[in-house]
Amino acid sequence: MEIQKNSKLRNFHQAKWDEEVIFELSTKGERGILVPEVEPEIKKIAGDGVSSLPENMMRKEPPALPEVAQMRVLKHFLRLSQQNLGADLNIDIGQGTCTVKYNPKVNETLASSKRASALHPYQDEGTVQGALQIMYEMDLFFREISGLDRFSLQPSSGSHAIMTMASIIRKYHESRGEGSERDEIITTIFSHPSDAAAAAVKGYKVVTIYFNKEGLPDIKALKKAVSRRTAGLFITNPEDTGIFNPKISEFTRIVHEAGGLCGYDQANANGILGITRAKEAGFDLCFFNLHKTFGAPHGCGGPASGVLGVTKELVDYLPIPVVDFDGSKYYLNDSLPKTIGKVRSFYGPFPVILKSYAWMMSLGAEGLKEVAKTAVLNNNYLLKKITKIKGAAAPFKAGKHRIEQVRYSWEELCKETGVDTHQIAFRMADFGFHLWSSHHPFLVPQPFTIEPTESYSKKELDEYLNGLRHVAEEARKEPETVKNAPHRSVVHKIDESTFDDPKKWAITWRAYLKKHGKPIK
Amino acid sequence: MDKKKSFIHPYIPNSVPEVKEEMLKEIGVKDADELYDDLPEKLRLRRRLNLPQPLLSELELKRHVEKILAKNKSCEDCISFLGGGCAHHYVPAVCDEITHRSEFLTAYAGEPYEDAGRFQALFEYESLMAELLDFDVVNVPTYDWGQAASTSLRMAGRITGRKRVLVSDTISPDRLSIVRNYCHPLLAVDLIGHHPHTGLMNLEDLESKISPDVAAVYFENPSFLGFIETQGQSIADTAHSHGSLSVVGVDPISLGVLKPPSHYGADIACGDIQGLGNHMYYGGSLGGFIASRDEERFVMEYPSRLFGIAKTSVEGEWGFGDVAYMRTSFGGREKGKEFVGTAAALYGISAAVYLSLMGPQGMAELGEHILQKSQYAMKRLGEIQGVRLRFQSSHFKEFVVDFSSSGKPVGEINHWLLHKGIFGGKDLSREFPELQNCALYCVTEMVTKKEIDTLVIVLKDILSRR
Repeated sequence: MEIQKNSKLRNFHQAKWDEEVIFELSTKGERGILVPEVEPEIKKIAGDGVSSLPENMMRKEPPALPEVAQMRVLKHFLRLSQQNLGADLNIDIGQGTCTVKYNPKVNETLASSKRASALHPYQDEGTVQGALQIMYEMDLFFREISGLDRFSLQPSSGSHAIMTMASIIRKYHESRGEGSERDEIITTIFSHPSDAAAAAVKGYKVVTIYFNKEGLPDIKALKKAVSRRTAGLFITNPEDTGIFNPKISEFTRIVHEAGGLCGYDQANANGILGITRAKEAGFDLCFFNLHKTFGAPHGCGGPASGVLGVTKELVDYLPIPVVDFDGSKYYLNDSLPKTIGKVRSFYGPFPVILKSYAWMMSLGAEGLKEVAKTAVLNNNYLLKKITKIKGAAAPFKAGKHRIEQVRYSWEELCKETGVDTHQIAFRMADFGFHLWSSHHPFLVPQPFTIEPTESYSKKELDEYLNGLRHVAEEARKEPETVKNAPHRSVVHKIDESTFDDPKKWAITWRAYLKKHGKPIK
Repeated sequence: MDKKKSFIHPYIPNSVPEVKEEMLKEIGVKDADELYDDLPEKLRLRRRLNLPQPLLSELELKRHVEKILAKNKSCEDCISFLGGGCAHHYVPAVCDEITHRSEFLTAYAGEPYEDAGRFQALFEYESLMAELLDFDVVNVPTYDWGQAASTSLRMAGRITGRKRVLVSDTISPDRLSIVRNYCHPLLAVDLIGHHPHTGLMNLEDLESKISPDVAAVYFENPSFLGFIETQGQSIADTAHSHGSLSVVGVDPISLGVLKPPSHYGADIACGDIQGLGNHMYYGGSLGGFIASRDEERFVMEYPSRLFGIAKTSVEGEWGFGDVAYMRTSFGGREKGKEFVGTAAALYGISAAVYLSLMGPQGMAELGEHILQKSQYAMKRLGEIQGVRLRFQSSHFKEFVVDFSSSGKPVGEINHWLLHKGIFGGKDLSREFPELQNCALYCVTEMVTKKEIDTLVIVLKDILSRR
C-alpha cells in the first residue's frame, strides 16, 4: 500500500546489514587488540607465569573465541547497533510501563569522567567524598519525593527492589516471632509480574487480587484476602492500566489492621511526582526506578536501579551499608542492627545513580512536577485521539482521565479483520515505531500499552497517532500486509518453533552448530 | 512575570504554554490539574517539594556535578592494588564506542524485529562466554556475581529437590551475605572450612557435612582470597556421589590460562563480567553470568532471559528470540522461575565486544601477564621484613599479605600508603577474624613494574618506622 504523501508517516526503512554472527567473521591469526608484554625484569623473576600453575589447572586448549581484526569487530557491533531502535532515534512511546524518556547527553558526558568510572569500591572514604555526597543527596531527594524516612540505593532494578522489600518484610515478621505464620503476600493482577514473582522467591504464597468493573483492584477481594497470614501488600499505583486507585489509603489501612506491611511499587511514578506520595497513602516501603522515571538510560535492559525507601520503623532492616554524613564528611554506615544483609555487592549501580542525580538537579521541584503534569497531559491527549481510531478502545472507565499510560485494546479491530495485536506491533516496526502488547496474562484482550512520558512533542505524538491510524486502516484494506509484517524492519518473520524445543533450541553459537550442523550461509 | 508560565525546560517540549493550551482544549479540560480528578484531596501534596534549586542551563549543571566529582580521587590518579570482586582492568576504546551508541544505550525492550541488534549482540555475548567457560548455555546477564551465585544455588535446589547448600568459607563476604538473604527461607546455607596454610577447601570437613539433603557444593576459583583451588574435581566427585551438584564461581578473566570449571566437574558456573570491558564505577557496573550444560532440566530452571538463534522466512537470514519464555516470571508471574527484569544487558554487550577483540590469544596473553605481574609483586612484597604471604598456594591476580609480624595494623599502613598516592590492599581483618592484619592485594595489567617497586619502597619505609 502506498503511503499517503500528505500524511506525516515516514517512508522509513531500518538499517539491514544482513550481518554474520561474530564467529563467522573469524580468520585464524587476526587480532582485535594486543596486550602489553610485562617488563623484562618481571619476566626474569616470574618467568612465563603460567608454569607456576598447578598442572591440573592449566588450560590446555585455548577458548575457541573468534579471531577478528579491530575494525571488523567495530564494524560488526556498529552494524548491530544500527539494527536496534533506541529512544534517541524513534518516538519511543509504544513501550508502555517502561517510561522511555529522554536521557540527556550531558549526563553521559559527566558519567564518563574518570572521577566516576575509575573509582574502586574499597577506596578510602576520604578519596570518594564526591561519590558519597551524590549518594547521600539522592537519599535525601527521595525521602522528600516519597515522604518516607530512609533510602537504600543498592537494589539494581524494580524487580530487585521488590525482592528486597520482600526480604525486609520477612525479617520484620521473623523478628516479631511471626515469620512462619505470616506467609502470604497480596498483590494485584495489574501490578508488574515481579510483584508476585519476587515475593515468591522469598518463600511467600502469592494472593492475587483481580479488578472490578472500573478496572480497579477489588477492595472486597482484598478484605477477604487479609488474615493473620498476611505478611504484606505489593501494589502498583497507578497500575499498568494508567488508572489511579483512589482507595489506596483504604488498602493500606486494611492490610495494616491485619498486621501486614505495605510496599508501594512506584515504577509507574512518572505522572505523580510532586503530586502525591507514598507516605500520605500509608505505605511502609516504596521504590522508584531511576532508569525509568528519573532519566537514566535503559541500556537494552540495564544497568538499572530501584532505589528503596522505608519508614523509620524499618530503617534498621535496610541492606548495608547506607551513606551517612557527620557534618564534615560522608561515610558508609553498616551498623544497622537488623539488616537483611546485602542484595548486591558494594553500594549500588553508581553510574545510574549519578545520571539520575544530574537529571534531577536539572529539573528541581518545579521541573519534576512539570514532568509529571506534562506526561499526564500527553497521555490524556493520546487517549482522546486513540479511542477515536476505529477498532481501538480503552477498556474501563470510559470517558475518564488516566495518569501516565493506558492499556488499550485492539479487540474490535481483531474481530473485524483477524489481525491481532502482535501483527499490528510488527507492522508498526515498518514505520520505525515500537508497539508493545502487555505483560501476561492478557486480561485486556488484544492489548497494547502506550506511555508518552514528557519527552515527546505534540508533533511527534501526532506522528505516532498517524502510524496507529494507518496500520488499523491497513488491517481492514490489506490484512495480509499486516499479518506478514514486518517488511522494512531488520528481519522477516522469525521461525519461533525451535525456541521451545529442547532438541532444537540454540542459546549459543556452539549449541547451534551441534544441533543444526553447518551455518545456513 | 508569572514564573510558573515561563518554565520551559529543554527536556519537556510540551511545556510551551500555547501547545499545552491546545492539547488541554483537545482533551476538553481547562487546567492540567483536572486530569488528576481521580486523586482524593487528602492524598494531594499541596506544596512544592523541598528540593535544591534546579540548574537549568546545561553549563551550570555540568559545572556543579564536575565540582562534586572533583572531590574524588580515582585509580588513575593513584596507584591501586584494590580488588575483591571489582578490578581495574583495561577497557578497549571500541567497548566504549559501542556502549555509548544511542541505539544500544537508550533502547529497552523492543521486539526481535526492530531491536534485532540487541538480541544478536546478547546472543553473541552468551556464545562468547560459552567458549570461555566451555558450556553450551549462558544467560543474559543478571545484576552481579552475588545474584548469579544465589540463583545458581536456587537452580540446584530445584533440580535436585533438596533444601541445603554447602558453601566454601573463603567466599567473598559480600556474596555470602547476598546468598544467605536470597536463599532464606527456602535453602539452608552451611559453610565448609579451609586449610589454614593453603586456603584450599578442607575435604574432610566437606565429607562430614555433605548428606542426601545437600543440593549443591559451592566454591570460587580463583577464590576471593586469590589462591587457586586445585581440588575442583575431588569436590565435584564428592558432590556427585551424594547426588549434589557442583557450582563454581569463577573470574572469567582468568580463563585464558586457567581451566574452566566445566573441566573439573562443575555442573553450573557463575561469576562477574565487570572485568570484561566494563569500567569499575565505584563497584556499580557489575554483571552476573550463569552457565551450564544444555540439558532441559538445567535450562528450564534459569530465571533469566535466554536469547536463541533461529532462521527466518528469508533464506540465509538470522533471527533471534527468547528461548522457553514461559519459564520466566514474565510468562508465569509467581509460577515462573524466581524473577526476571532489567539487569545488566549493556555490560553484556560490552563484554561481547571485549571478548571479540581479545580472541583466544588475547585472553591467554592477558592471563599470562596478570600471572607474571602478580607473582613479581608477591615475590617483592614477600621479601620485606614484617611482611608474609598468607597462603602457600598458586594464585591468580590477588593474594593475601600478612602484616601481623610488622606490629602495624593494615588501617594504619593503608593510611600512610595513601599519603604517597597508593591505594593499599583491602583490609581483611574485620570480615575474616583469622586474617587479622591481613590485606588482599590485587595486581592487574594496569599497574606497572615501577608502580609495584614504588609500593615496595614505600612499604619498607612505613614498616621500618617506630
